[in-house]
Amino acid sequence: MTPDPLAPQIGGRPIRRAGGPLRGMGGRLLTAAAAGAAAELAALGLIAAAAWMITRAAEQPPLAALSVAIVAVRAFATSRGVFRYGERLAGHDVALRAQATTRERLYEALIPSGPLSHRGADLLSRMVDDTDAVQDLLVRCLLPAVAATVTAVAAVTLAVFLLPAAALVLLAGLLVAGLLLPAATAVAARRWSARLAPARAELAARVADLVHGAADLAAYGAGEQALAASAEAGARLAALERRRSRANAAALALGTLVQGLTVAGIVLVALRAGIGQVPTAVLALTALVSFEPILPLAAAGERFAGVTAALRRLREIRATPPVVPEPAVAAAPPEAPLTVQVRDLVVRHAAGRAAALDGVSLTLTPGRRVAVVGPSGAGKSTLLSALMRTADFESGDILINGTAIGDLSPDDVRERITGLTQDPYVFRASLRDNLRLAGPEADEEELARAVHRARLDTWVERTGWDATLGEDGRTVSGGQLQRLALARALLRDPDVLLLDEPAESLDGATADALMADLLDVTHGRTTLLVTHRLHGLEGVDEIIVLEDGRVVQRGHHDELVATPGYYRDVWRSEALTARTG
Amino acid sequence: MHKDLLRLARAERTVRRHLLVCVMAAVLGGLLVLAQAELLSGVLSGGLTTMALLPLAAVVVARALSGLLQGVAAGRTATALKSVLRHRLLSRLRDLGPARLTGHRSGELVTLAGRGLDALDPYITGYLPAVAVAGVVPVAVLVRLFAADLGTAVIVLVTLPLIPVFGALVGWQTKVVTERQWRALSRLGGHFLDVVRGLPTLRAFGRARYQATVIQQVADAHRSATMRTLRVAFLSSLVLELVASLSLALVAVPVGLRLLSGSLDLRTALLVLLLAPEAYIPLRAVGTKFHAAMEGVAAADQTFAVLEGSSGEEPASRGDLAALPAGVPEIRLENVTVRYPGRTDPALEGVSLVVSPGELVALVGESGAGKSTLLHLLLGFVTPSEGRVLVGGVDLAGLDHDVWRRRLAFVPQRPHLFATSVADNIRLGSSASPEEVRTAAAAAGAAEFVEALPEGYATVVGERGADLSAGQRQRVALARAFCRPGAEMLLLDEPTARLDGRSEAAIVEATRTLAAGRTAVIVAHRPAMIELADRVIRVESGKIVSDRLALGGRR
Repeated sequence: MTPDPLAPQIGGRPIRRAGGPLRGMGGRLLTAAAAGAAAELAALGLIAAAAWMITRAAEQPPLAALSVAIVAVRAFATSRGVFRYGERLAGHDVALRAQATTRERLYEALIPSGPLSHRGADLLSRMVDDTDAVQDLLVRCLLPAVAATVTAVAAVTLAVFLLPAAALVLLAGLLVAGLLLPAATAVAARRWSARLAPARAELAARVADLVHGAADLAAYGAGEQALAASAEAGARLAALERRRSRANAAALALGTLVQGLTVAGIVLVALRAGIGQVPTAVLALTALVSFEPILPLAAAGERFAGVTAALRRLREIRATPPVVPEPAVAAAPPEAPLTVQVRDLVVRHAAGRAAALDGVSLTLTPGRRVAVVGPSGAGKSTLLSALMRTADFESGDILINGTAIGDLSPDDVRERITGLTQDPYVFRASLRDNLRLAGPEADEEELARAVHRARLDTWVERTGWDATLGEDGRTVSGGQLQRLALARALLRDPDVLLLDEPAESLDGATADALMADLLDVTHGRTTLLVTHRLHGLEGVDEIIVLEDGRVVQRGHHDELVATPGYYRDVWRSEALTARTG
Repeated sequence: MHKDLLRLARAERTVRRHLLVCVMAAVLGGLLVLAQAELLSGVLSGGLTTMALLPLAAVVVARALSGLLQGVAAGRTATALKSVLRHRLLSRLRDLGPARLTGHRSGELVTLAGRGLDALDPYITGYLPAVAVAGVVPVAVLVRLFAADLGTAVIVLVTLPLIPVFGALVGWQTKVVTERQWRALSRLGGHFLDVVRGLPTLRAFGRARYQATVIQQVADAHRSATMRTLRVAFLSSLVLELVASLSLALVAVPVGLRLLSGSLDLRTALLVLLLAPEAYIPLRAVGTKFHAAMEGVAAADQTFAVLEGSSGEEPASRGDLAALPAGVPEIRLENVTVRYPGRTDPALEGVSLVVSPGELVALVGESGAGKSTLLHLLLGFVTPSEGRVLVGGVDLAGLDHDVWRRRLAFVPQRPHLFATSVADNIRLGSSASPEEVRTAAAAAGAAEFVEALPEGYATVVGERGADLSAGQRQRVALARAFCRPGAEMLLLDEPTARLDGRSEAAIVEATRTLAAGRTAVIVAHRPAMIELADRVIRVESGKIVSDRLALGGRR
């Protein structure tokens, strides 16, 4: 395993790193292991006792000599099933608990990360498949290995008492089948199991394209092409799966071979040694049965390689540092009213790329409303991201009531500075729940007021509060989505209200009316408004024009329309085209 | 047994061949165990000489080889069958069309086409061969036991049916529970994708951490549901295991006693001891594999449900398609009403409309009024519940939609960018040269920012266009329309919705060029675009409320 560059950071929580998902489950795990071992021992005891009883009976001793063996046969026969049942229940319970913990931790690791660098569909397949790996690690690898080891030790010990030479043969056979084969399958599987997960993710991404891009594909007649791409991804996955099943089958076949040859070898050794029929039969049949828990270990070894790869991927996700680091000691959250000062802010999305924001300064005093305008890609949304701590900055500073934003917990910042963000999301939940996530304690009246202010009431009346909205807002039109997001922001009512293109996707008249309402509602509230529509900006305290990440103009509406530049150009074109509405 | 799955396996030649090899090898392996028991009991009882160990070794080698063959063939069967199913599933999704996809959750579909089908593996590689072995080997064992020792054979014959009886009893109950669990797993996947996609929104409202507890609750619910399934499922294996091992005790003890009285020889006794379990093992294997296979059966059911689901208003005569008249056609809507399933209000109600060739029509109106539905109607994504759509005098329902759509250029409201290069996103569905792609990008005002990307046109777009801003995505989608110079009809759904004034002016100008000589229907909100139109149609609550010629038009 490669050393983790972030080990010191995670090193503070060593248990979480190693046996994390199993913490506090030691008792349950031990129960499962003990029950599993007991079940295998009962099976071994059953065959040994039966073999002894039958061969001894052939020598026609008095009946009393057999009575213990008869009782043992019946006892082992009964207890085996009961032990097995206990093992399975305890084992699966532990495994599912571990899986749930893994899931939760994966999500928690994603919370602070800012913009997702992983694809959604990829994440899904990782989540479901990789968290299953923890379950497999326990149920298919760890517990069977423990039971098999106990059985092997018992069988070899019995053989030592009967014929040490046979014990050696048995030990050799068991080691080959129980250690060498699983190790070989694990090594073989590791070589390409790392390729299996990306192949799955690739297929998932292709399928996601087919589903999400259905309209685009149909309209452009590109369905066949996309289908072919997914078929290719499927074929690549299938080739890997075939190799996996081939390795599995070969390992199982080799196991059968080792089992059979070991038994034959033991019989040969025993016959040569002339130890008599009873011990020979007991040795042979015990050896035969002792392989039963050992043989599946080859498949377990193959699975183990996949499990370690999955766990490594999960660890990688968890080790990805958050986009915005948490301060070691968070400063006390600022009290309202808030003054936000942005000073010479430089934000770069990736090293080597042009700065998205290049030396931007602005001040938001309580009650002040500032609008940021500019062409798309000018850095308007980036500015909001920096303020919401979903993007970090390279240089410059943001001060909230004089405290550097980096000293505050990002959660505390977002608690106070938030609103309508870019690409709002509609969850597959009721309209009420979709709204209420912005104000969990809001009562019906507050919800209704937010909806009314966002001019959403007609739609809500028609759709109903409890209607389930579709995934990704597919049953919600662009305009409705935008107004739903606005209603959320208004319901939230943060200390500093951020509005990223609130009138986007609305038709002209509605957009104008909404902007008018907005400027009315936000009167006297600290607001940062990002927009590309200039209509109604006469009322804001300051307008900042961004182009290519730089402030090219700033001032009041009256000053800006009087100066040549971007603002006046757009204002004139808007005024010209506004004649017909 | 899954009827649809088996029918499919029989119909596909490669699948059938691999499955046959797999089943034959499994049965052969099962029968070789009989030979192994015969030889081993012979050697152990002294009935055969040490030399008999050689044929014993040969039998062992043969068993290993048949096992290898079975495993390889099973793997091939599984991948072949999954490929066929996945292909049919995805073709079906494409044929369903975008309008009817909304009923499914995309996360669930992605799960089904990937991991869902993987659940078939245990069914094909484990369950099917086990069933074949269970049909042959116990009978062979019984025949041998009858020949060897009548008493034992009778005990086995009487106890053997208990296994399938108990298995069926418990399995019948398990089926229902397993199906429920599969749905729960599917929901779990859908829920997580939903939460992760919405994470930025959750973060903005400080709800991300709260959702962690929801995820935990959902996982907990999943665990308790699974444990309920397993408690029952494992109970079945407990009963089966008890029947099998107690039967062994029932066989072994009387055999021992009869040996004692000298009425049975050791060789037969050992053979009976070795063979009796082999009668139960195949049946129990079916039981244990049944549980794992059930998940696959549930996935197969879900797959076939999608494959055979109500095709709804699919054109009746797909094979007998009308020819589309050449030239830019006239579009005529006759009293068209569109209803979406589950909605009481119609999306469009009694709309009649004629769009002449070359006309540029702007559709205006409130969000949700039915403007996008009107575009989807022209695209053939939705079909009228009443009335009809005529294209050049031919009913659209009777046209080959692929041929018709080749004559359209469409930009949806929320265009999807695919996880491929920007160039491939622009040339979607065509084989445009890099030069044509660049020209289209320039016309849509996308050239500048695309060229600034790290790898220019070869840059791979992050899933759902994560690397591009909304306006940039809109312009890439618009470039698609520009990349089909042959299209006779333009359908644009709010093409400038996410653009600032300057870019808007550029797009309006480009649309004017693009619309020349073509029919264009544009859902427009912004004056600049509306001003371009020859005709402005206002839609309200699914009805056309005004239809007037524009003053200036584009001239």
